[in-house]
Amino acid sequence: MGTLLQIEGLTAFYGDAQALFGIDVALDAGELVAIVGANGAGKSTFMKSVTGLVKAAHTQVHFDGGAIGGLPPGEIVRRGIALVPEGRRLFPSLTVEENLAMGGFAKRRGPWTLQRLFKLFPVLEEKRRVPATALSGGQQQMVAIGRALMSNPRLLLCDELSLGLAPVVIREIYAALPSICAEGMTVAIVEQDVAMAQRVSRRLYCFQEGRVALHGDSGALTREQISQAYFGI
Amino acid sequence: MLLDVLLQGVLLGGLYCLFALGQSLMFGVMRLTNTAQGDFIVLAAFAAIAGLSLVAVGPWLVALALLPIAFGFGWLLQRHVLNGTLGHDPLPSLVVTFGLSIVIQNLLLELFSADPRSIDSGGLSTRSLELPGGTAVGVLPIVILATAVGATAALQWLFARTSIGRAFRAVSDDREIAELMGLDARRVYALATGIAFVLIALAGVLQAMRTTVAPSDGPLLLLFAFEAVVIGGMGSFWGTLVGALLLGVTQQIGFRIDPGWGLWVGHLVFLAVLVVRPQGLFPRTRG
Repeated sequence: MGTLLQIEGLTAFYGDAQALFGIDVALDAGELVAIVGANGAGKSTFMKSVTGLVKAAHTQVHFDGGAIGGLPPGEIVRRGIALVPEGRRLFPSLTVEENLAMGGFAKRRGPWTLQRLFKLFPVLEEKRRVPATALSGGQQQMVAIGRALMSNPRLLLCDELSLGLAPVVIREIYAALPSICAEGMTVAIVEQDVAMAQRVSRRLYCFQEGRVALHGDSGALTREQISQAYFGI
Repeated sequence: MLLDVLLQGVLLGGLYCLFALGQSLMFGVMRLTNTAQGDFIVLAAFAAIAGLSLVAVGPWLVALALLPIAFGFGWLLQRHVLNGTLGHDPLPSLVVTFGLSIVIQNLLLELFSADPRSIDSGGLSTRSLELPGGTAVGVLPIVILATAVGATAALQWLFARTSIGRAFRAVSDDREIAELMGLDARRVYALATGIAFVLIALAGVLQAMRTTVAPSDGPLLLLFAFEAVVIGGMGSFWGTLVGALLLGVTQQIGFRIDPGWGLWVGHLVFLAVLVVRPQGLFPRTRG
C-alpha cells in the first residue's frame, strides 16, 4: 500500500526555543509504529506538528502524497489524521456522547460510528449522558480515543495513552488497539513504557532531544540499544 | 405593599435580564467582556428611533426589522474587529470595547444631541392589567418580562440541545482542541456575537419604550448587566435571569425606602454577593 505519512527534516519551535531538529519518520499504511523517548525528547511536539497544532513547514510533512505541513488543524482532520491528545483534553461542559459527537464534526465517511464505538467500549454507552470529565481516567481515555475515531481517520495518532493510568487500565486500553487496526488503520503511538511500546508495535522510533536517535523493527531492537538511544549515551 | 414591590422588582428585572443575556453569552463563549454592552443597547434604541422617523410604520415592525440588522452588525463586528482582540490577555478586548463605548456615545451625541428620547409603543406603556387582589401591572413590563424569560429559555435550549450550542460549549472549553475537531472558532465566535446583538437590539427597543434613552446612558446599563450576571453566576442563563430579577427587586425595595436609594441598594446587594459568594448564586461548575 505504500507510505502514508512521510516526515522529512521536521523542525519545530516554541517561540525562540527549538524543539525538533530535523526529524525523519515514515509510516506505511496499516502499520502500528511506536515513538519512545524521555520527557522533552519532542514526541508530543512531533504529534502536534503533524496535526497542525504546532506550525510545520509545508513540505516537511507529506500525507498520502500531498504536503500538509502548516495547514490548520481542521483541514488536517478533514484529510484523515486524528489525534488523541496528551492528557485527553476532553470538553468538560459536554457529556460523553457530546464529546464523541464533536469528534465527528469533520463528517468524514467511514466505519466508525457511535454504535461501533459503544461496542468497542461498552462502558461509554452506559455513561453516555454523564459529563465527560466525571469519568475515571481510563474511561476518559476511551472517550478521547473514541472522539478521534469518530472522524474516521486513516492515521490515528495517540499521545501518551497510558499517562496517569493504572497498569490494569492501561492493558485494557491497549487491548482495544487490535480492533482499531483491524480495518487497515495506521496508528502511531507515543508511549512512555518502552516494553509496552515494543510489544504492541511493528516498528519503533526513539527520540532524543529533538532528534531520531534510533529506529527499527520492534522485534529486532534490543533493550540495550533502546536504552542507549533513549538516554543519549 | 410588599407584593407590589416584589412585582415591580420582578418586572424591572425582566428588562435587566435582557441587558445581561448578551453579555453573559459573549463572556460565556469567548471570555470577552463587552465594555460597550450598554452603549450598544443605547445605539440599538437610537437606530430604532431613527428608523421610526424615516419610515411611517409601527414601532414593532421597526423593532422586528432591526433584529436581523443587529445580527449582521454583531457578526461583522466580531469577525473583523473583536476576533483580533481575543487571546490569553484579557486586556485588548477590554480596551477595544471601551474605545467603542466612547465612540458610540460621542457619535450618538453628534447625531441626536443629548436630549433623552423614547419610542411610543402605541399605548402599551399606559395600558395595565388588573390582577386579583386589586394590584394593577403595566402591560409593557409584562411583555418585557415575557420576552426576557423566553429569550433565556431559548438560549438555554440552544446551548443544551443543538449542535451549534455544543460547538459554543466546546470552543469555550478548549478552543485549540475544538479547532482540532474541525471547528472554525472565528466563525463560531461571530455567530455568538450575532445572537448577542439580537438580544441587545431587543433590550434597546424595549428600554426606549419603557422609559427614555440618552447617548450617555450606556455605562449605567452596562453596570446593571454586569451586576445581574455576577449575582446570578457565570455560565448559566437561568442564573442571569435570577440575578437580574434579584437586582430589580432589591432596587425596588431601595426605591420604596427612599427614592434616592434604589440603585444604591442594588449595588450593595451586588457587593454583598461578591464578598460572600463571588462565584454567584448559580455558577455552572466546570470540570
